[in-house]
Amino acid sequence: MNGRFGIHGGQYIPETLMNAVIELEEAYNHYKDDPEFNRELTDLFNNYAGRPSRLYYAERMTKDLGGAKIYLKREDLNHTGAHKINNVLGQALLAKKMGKTRLIAETGAGQHGVATATAAALLDMECEVYMGEEDTKRQALNVYRMKLLGSQVHPVTTGTATLKDAVSEAMREWTRRIDDTHYCLGSVMGPHPFPTIVRDFQSVISKEIKQQLMEKEGRLPDAVLACVGGGSNAIGTFYHFIEDESVRLIGCEAAGRGANTAETAATIATGKLGIFHGMKSYFCQDEYGQIAPVYSISAGLDYPGIGPEHADLYDKGRAEYVAITDDEAVDAFEYLSRLEGIIPAIESAHAVAYARKLAPTMNKDQIIVITISGRGDKDCAAIARYRGEDIYE
Amino acid sequence: MSKIQDAFAHGKAFIPFITCGDPSLETTEQLVYAMEQAGADLIELGIPFSDPTAEGPVIQEANNRALSGGVTTDKIFDMVKKIRANTQIPMVFMTYANVVFSYGIERFTKTAAEVGMNGIILPDVPFEEKEEFADACRRNGLALVSLIAPTSHERISQIASAAEGFIYCVSSLGVTGVRSEITTDIGEMVRLVRAASDIPCAIGFGISTPEQAAKMAKDADGVIVGSAIVKICKEYGADCVPKVAEYVKSMKDAIRDL
Repeated sequence: MNGRFGIHGGQYIPETLMNAVIELEEAYNHYKDDPEFNRELTDLFNNYAGRPSRLYYAERMTKDLGGAKIYLKREDLNHTGAHKINNVLGQALLAKKMGKTRLIAETGAGQHGVATATAAALLDMECEVYMGEEDTKRQALNVYRMKLLGSQVHPVTTGTATLKDAVSEAMREWTRRIDDTHYCLGSVMGPHPFPTIVRDFQSVISKEIKQQLMEKEGRLPDAVLACVGGGSNAIGTFYHFIEDESVRLIGCEAAGRGANTAETAATIATGKLGIFHGMKSYFCQDEYGQIAPVYSISAGLDYPGIGPEHADLYDKGRAEYVAITDDEAVDAFEYLSRLEGIIPAIESAHAVAYARKLAPTMNKDQIIVITISGRGDKDCAAIARYRGEDIYE
Repeated sequence: MSKIQDAFAHGKAFIPFITCGDPSLETTEQLVYAMEQAGADLIELGIPFSDPTAEGPVIQEANNRALSGGVTTDKIFDMVKKIRANTQIPMVFMTYANVVFSYGIERFTKTAAEVGMNGIILPDVPFEEKEEFADACRRNGLALVSLIAPTSHERISQIASAAEGFIYCVSSLGVTGVRSEITTDIGEMVRLVRAASDIPCAIGFGISTPEQAAKMAKDADGVIVGSAIVKICKEYGADCVPKVAEYVKSMKDAIRDL
C-alpha cells in the first residue's frame, strides 16, 4: 500500500492529481540520495537558513521549575523565523529540479507562507499562497512579508476561513494548474508522498538535537517536546529518537478553550479515524463525518487533523499527545519571554506550557528538549489583545 | 430492479446532479421526479460534505446550505427510500470518502443498496485506494463509479479495465463549475477507455449549455451537469422544480439523437 503508516496515510485525492503525486514520488526517490541535490540543500541549510540551529541550555527555566534539565532547540533562530524553512528549501529545490516554475502553498499562521515566498524569491519561482481570511487578520504582518517577497496572497473565505480551508483551496488550485506548479505542502499531512517528504526534510531537527546533546551531555534526552498541528516540527523533533525507546516523544496539541469544549483543535484528544485532505488519520468531526470547525488561539495549530505518522505513533503507544489550552499557552509565551528573554511563537508556547508541568515531576539528572519551532514576534499583537491591550492605533 | 446500464439505452444519456437538501429534502424528492419526466436518464444525488475539495464555489455553497438546513446521511437514506417507491430511474450517490467511511463502509453500502441506490461516486478515492470501498460495494450490489481526468493518460487503461457502472470522464482540469470552453481532447480519452472496456463513458465538469452538451456527447455516451443545475436551485429555492425540469429537457433534447 502506498505511503502507509500503519493504517494511516494513503492517497485519497482526485484522479486529476494522481499523476502529479506519482511524478513527485519518483522525483523525490531519485533526488533524495543524489549527492549533488544533498550538497545544494545542505549549502542552503547552512549558509542561507543558518543551520544548524542552536541547542540552548535554559538554565533559568531549569532552576525555576526545579526538576529536569531543560534544553531549547532554537528553530526560531532559522532564517524566516521558524522550522518551516527546512521543508520549504527541500521541496522548492526538488520542484526546481522537476522543472516546475511556480509554487503554491497553504498557510495558517503565515510562517509556511513566508518560508515558501522566501524560497520562491531565492530560486526565482512564481509563488501564490492561500491563507484563511480569518488568519490574514490574525497574522497581518506575515501577509505583508509574503507580498514584500513577491508572492500573491489569496484570502480564503470558505468554511471557517482558517488553515483547513486554505489547504482545501490550495488543493483545488493544484488541480487547476499542474504542469508548471508544485504544491509546497507545509506539514506532514496530505496524500503520500508529502508526509514522508516533509518528515525527511524536517528530521534535521532531531538529527542535530541528538548530536548536540551528545556533545554537551554525552547522552540521549529523556523526553523531547514539540507542538503539534499537522505535526511537522514534532515529527522532525521525534524522528531520530523513534528507535531510542528510552526517549519519551511528547506532542502538544492545541486544546483552545479546552479539549472538553467545542472550541478546540485537539485532534488526538477529541478526534476519530477518518479520511480527509488526502490521508487517513484522526480528525475532529461529527457523527456523520462532517469536519469540525476547530478553534485555537494559534493559527498554526488551528487544524482539525494530524499527520498520519503521528496517528500511527499514537496507535503504537510510541508517542504521547497532550492538550494545552489557550490560557496555558499564553502564560507560557509570557513565561519564556520573561525568564529566558526568548519570545516563542504561540504555537511553540504550547510545548513550553507542557514542559512547565512535566519538568517538576522529573529528576534533576534527567533532560527535556523542547523545540521552539518559531519566534513569537508575529503573535505579539494577538497576545496583547488576548490580555485586553490594543497595541495598534 | 433498475440498473445503471438502463440509463444508456435511450440515446445519449443526460445525467443531472443535485445536492440533497438544497434547499430541502422535499424539494430534492420533487426534483428527482421532475427531472425523470423531463428526460433525465440517471440521477446523481450529492450527499453534502463540509469540505468538498473537488468542488467549485457553486456546489461548495450548496453543500453548506444543505448542511445548515440539518441534512444528514440518515435523512438522505430515508428520502431515497421514499423516492424509490415511486420511480425506477437509476440513481447514484456522489459524496466524499469520509462521509462513507465515518458511517462505516459496510453499513453505508448495505443501507444505500437497500434503499434503492445503484452506485456511488467518490471523487477523493482514486484507483489506488478504491479496493477498501469496492469490496463492500460489490458485496452489496452497488457500482463504484471510477473517474478519469485529462491528466490520466496511461492510467486510463487500468482504470477502465476495473470500472463498474459507467466511467465518469472529467472534462477539464480544476474543480466542478461552469466553463465557457472545454479544450480537452475528450475523443482521445474515450478512445483509451474503449481500448480497454466497453463500459459507457459520461463526460462531466464545466458543461452548462445544450451546445456544449451536444459537442461532448458526440464523443461519449452521456453528459453530466451539476453546477448549472445547482445554480438554478439557488436562484429559485423551493420554486426551482419547474425551472430545473425545463433546463433538463433542453439538455436531453440537444443530445438524445446524436
